[in-house]
Amino acid sequence: MTAGGAAWEQHSVVRVVPPVKPRKLAKVPFVELADGRLQGVVSSGSDISRVYVSSITAGTHGLNCSTNNNRPCGGLRGAACKHLQALVDEAVLQYGLDRVARYLRVEVADGDDLMSCLRGSRETAPAAVVFSRFLRHLAYLELPGTTAPIPELHWFPAMGEVR
Amino acid sequence: MLGVQVAELLVESPPGVDEALDLVTGFDDALEGGFGRLGEQRAAALAAFAAAMGATPLGPALAEAAEKVAAGSTAGEHLSALAGGRAALLGSVHDAELGRLDTALGRTRDSWQEPTPTTEAEADRATNLLAGCRSWLHELAITGWRGVDHDLVSAADQTLEALLAEPTLRRLAVLLDGLVAELRASCPVATMERLPVRRWADLWTRAMLLAQPADDRSGGGETVSGRLLILGVEVHEHGTAVQMQVHGVLEPAGGGDARLVRTSVAAAKVDTIVGPAVWRLLNDHPVLLKALAEHRSLEVTDVPLLGSGDLVWHDDQADAGDPADPFATARIRLAGALAPAVPPLDRHPVRICEPVLVEGYTTDGGTFDLDGDTLAVDTGRLPACGPLTPELVAASTACIGLIRWDAGRWTLQPLAVQATVKRTAVEAHNGDWAQGVTDPKAVKAEARTGDAVAVLRERAGRLLRK
Ligand SMILES: [Zn+2]
Repeated sequence: MTAGGAAWEQHSVVRVVPPVKPRKLAKVPFVELADGRLQGVVSSGSDISRVYVSSITAGTHGLNCSTNNNRPCGGLRGAACKHLQALVDEAVLQYGLDRVARYLRVEVADGDDLMSCLRGSRETAPAAVVFSRFLRHLAYLELPGTTAPIPELHWFPAMGEVR
Repeated sequence: MLGVQVAELLVESPPGVDEALDLVTGFDDALEGGFGRLGEQRAAALAAFAAAMGATPLGPALAEAAEKVAAGSTAGEHLSALAGGRAALLGSVHDAELGRLDTALGRTRDSWQEPTPTTEAEADRATNLLAGCRSWLHELAITGWRGVDHDLVSAADQTLEALLAEPTLRRLAVLLDGLVAELRASCPVATMERLPVRRWADLWTRAMLLAQPADDRSGGGETVSGRLLILGVEVHEHGTAVQMQVHGVLEPAGGGDARLVRTSVAAAKVDTIVGPAVWRLLNDHPVLLKALAEHRSLEVTDVPLLGSGDLVWHDDQADAGDPADPFATARIRLAGALAPAVPPLDRHPVRICEPVLVEGYTTDGGTFDLDGDTLAVDTGRLPACGPLTPELVAASTACIGLIRWDAGRWTLQPLAVQATVKRTAVEAHNGDWAQGVTDPKAVKAEARTGDAVAVLRERAGRLLRK
């Protein structure tokens, strides 16, 4: 047995992706930090089959919001629309403020609201790509389960989370 | 598990293990920087790795691979050979450590029977998919972890999507999906302070092996009937997959040796389905969930038992039987049960997970002290979908757990505990919430966030089939 334990780098099982906190999904069913953006899908308050695709680019903080049919969001003028606000709020719940701020590369002082620290303006973003990533996300729930053992999951033990 | 057994594990490593791990470290270091630009030092480490394996059947292929990679003319076959060599080295570490554990526990293990190869040809679709996977894994190896960026990660998306749709390739799909998610979350990797180099090289290696064209890997097996007595359940989980792996003792119908077996049920999920909600994804297995939640035995009829000791679960061929206390099973049935063989491909230290009963210890929550010998407890591995907490472990007097090995260290992963809380005897098992949460505090927490599975299924129903 190695005295004192080996370095973190030499472990087969370590947590790499920080745990995601449970949150209500009804309003914002999908949020992710990917492709250099905070992006996600926000359910429309009025039309149950319509959703908004909203994103904020890391670094530039460019804002984008449109319907899944690619119609620009009427609420996004100069200031962020309510969908972007909801996206940010839910991302902070899911990932924690630190992780979202670090990803977007924004300084948020103690007690400040992340949204108010963003200085970006409207910018086009590939809403169709984000929407298809959401559909792909949903498609996981349609995959059949399996009872054939998956030994590879020994590398992925459930590690609990903040209770 | 007794103090003297723990003491046997805590003596120094079996001969050769430390040397093997050093060679693996050299390999992993080369993969971190990328096989595309090794540099002298890393090329030397790779050559040493190949030389150490010189006397094995892989020797010549590895020598050639190390040479070609160093010369900058890497082909797919070279990377396959290197992955094979790394897997063989860690396989030998697995064998040495599992052998030591079996000796300490006095556990008898079945020997591996090579299954008769199936002649069934792989579908073209699968062949193409595997080739697609290999080509992405090659690029990854040439680039090295340090060079991984969004584009390289996204390049796996299409292959992954197709893989997930192919049930026969689920093992590879689940593995790659887990690796891709970690790389995505770490992008750009060059800016990371420290890299999980052993882990990512492990995942790359296993993916390379699973992406080779091969026959059926399930390990043959037999059909069995009998009574399954549950010891506990381990939860495996990443963003898009969850697997409940039940450990138990099978008493074959009509007599015969009791067997240590596992049975697994898995489902695809998304990262926002966490905590007790994951059980809801496994509702197709009501008999198993009932047995877990109510601590009952299971009667199984004509179900496949693979050579790996995996009982392939068929809920419709099982009945929940009488109440059966897992602690009684562990006390009475565990010691005499025959442990299963490990399939060649699965030989990696991460796969060591022997169920044991530990009692008569004192604990501060971090270690169990048995007559002066201490066993570390891995309280980081308590799943959020069950009632076990670090506090319960600290208050425990008996524990059913899995003995694990990682980076030279043995730990106990609790599956169930008996504890004394406020002078009352309590019990908690990972599977207690299989049919729904029973703890009032956890019920409240669940109510606050609502039913994630239902919300997403509604969204899927409305948006996916438009
Ligand atoms: Zn909007």
